[in-house]
Amino acid sequence: MKYISEFREQRLTERIAKRIVDIAKRIDREVKLMQVCGTHGMAILRYGIVDLLPPNVKIISGPGCPVCVTPDNYIDKAIAYIRQGFLITTFGDMVRVPGSESTLLQEKSKGGKVKVVYSTMEALNLARSLPEERVIFLGIGFETTAPTIAASISMAKEEGINNYMILSGHKLIPPAMRALVEDEEIAIDGFICPGHVSVITGSRVYEFIARDYHVPCVVTGFEPVDILLGISFLLLQIQKNEARVENEYGRVVSSDGNLIAKSIMNKVFIPGPSEWRGMGVIENSGLVIRKEYSAYDVETRYPVEVTSPKVDRGCRCGDVLRGLIEPPDCPLFNDPCNPSHPVGPCMVSVEGTCNIYYRFWSGRVNRKIKISGKTD
Amino acid sequence: MCLAIPVKLTSIEGNIGWVEIGGIKRKVSLVLLPDAQVGDYILIHAGFAISKVEEKEAQELFDLLNI
Ligand code: SF4
Repeated sequence: MKYISEFREQRLTERIAKRIVDIAKRIDREVKLMQVCGTHGMAILRYGIVDLLPPNVKIISGPGCPVCVTPDNYIDKAIAYIRQGFLITTFGDMVRVPGSESTLLQEKSKGGKVKVVYSTMEALNLARSLPEERVIFLGIGFETTAPTIAASISMAKEEGINNYMILSGHKLIPPAMRALVEDEEIAIDGFICPGHVSVITGSRVYEFIARDYHVPCVVTGFEPVDILLGISFLLLQIQKNEARVENEYGRVVSSDGNLIAKSIMNKVFIPGPSEWRGMGVIENSGLVIRKEYSAYDVETRYPVEVTSPKVDRGCRCGDVLRGLIEPPDCPLFNDPCNPSHPVGPCMVSVEGTCNIYYRFWSGRVNRKIKISGKTD
Repeated sequence: MCLAIPVKLTSIEGNIGWVEIGGIKRKVSLVLLPDAQVGDYILIHAGFAISKVEEKEAQELFDLLNI
């Protein structure tokens, strides 16, 4: 396939890795670079990029998994709608995420109507073909997903489909990045910005981070050459004490993004406060359905009240999402928490940091345990 | 959910495009990328084309790397 092999070329990756080592030598302290996208997190572990980095360069994972940052309360609301007979459509990752007492999958096994779809178009088709059903689509996702949901609402309105609604839990990444960069406990030195979010927003959206917080940002693709190059750009800025937004992923990300997607998103949604797992409520980090489209907002049309009691499962997902700990630091990692028996959302979603570590890191964890066992 | 791998657009009917992923033909909505053309390499997210892959930009990056 095109644009793949060139970006995986070993000689090139080795050359960039060497450049990274050279620059890092000139920075005489530890630097923490945060990635905020599950797909980056996966690529970094899968291609062994961490192994190529010098010891003073650390990559930490942020809240780059929409399912993971969704609080229990949202799942509880979805379950309340299922119990009232609504038909829930959703992307697959959501069905196994634990709410405070149940999951969508458990509700389905008790006769609840839950259907996994691949896109909002499929959900809308379902509403069109089943006019007697009240169909809800679970609106979970960042800037990349929100326009696809806005497009479905806009289409439903044009066609006069009245039994299609959204439970809006969309989140915006830049306000979360502001909250993270302000968090001194994390102390981020640079951001590897989310590639696909940037396709929509454009790279310019991160300029405030460089300007107001003097933290460099880089937009990169997902191949080894992309990621290594992105890291080298960040390190060079840090070494020179500069802070600006650089775009390594120019082949798909422009500085203004996808204007059509942004305009459809703005037509349907307006930013509002939103609760993030582990990070609390962040101003303007969510998307609320505008009044003109309130007929498609299930919470306006059929309000539900849920009390989500705080359940302590011992899950440290909140700390994982802020990059404070790595999944193997969680006492539940691997046993009992693994993808077949997930305790928290970060293990459920394929974009979740714990799930990614389980799939691409566990060998190393075991090795680490063995080695330390020997020396003890 | 998001395919980080660019795929080639093989045909277009109105707002709908067709791509081939692993030998399987799949439908994608072009609502968010209306100027996509047959033969373009595109990125797809949740059933929607969201961006074209610009060959020129990719080439420029490589030219830069090979200095
Ligand atoms: S390993 Fe499991 S329990 Fe621990 S933080 Fe991750 S999801 Fe939560």
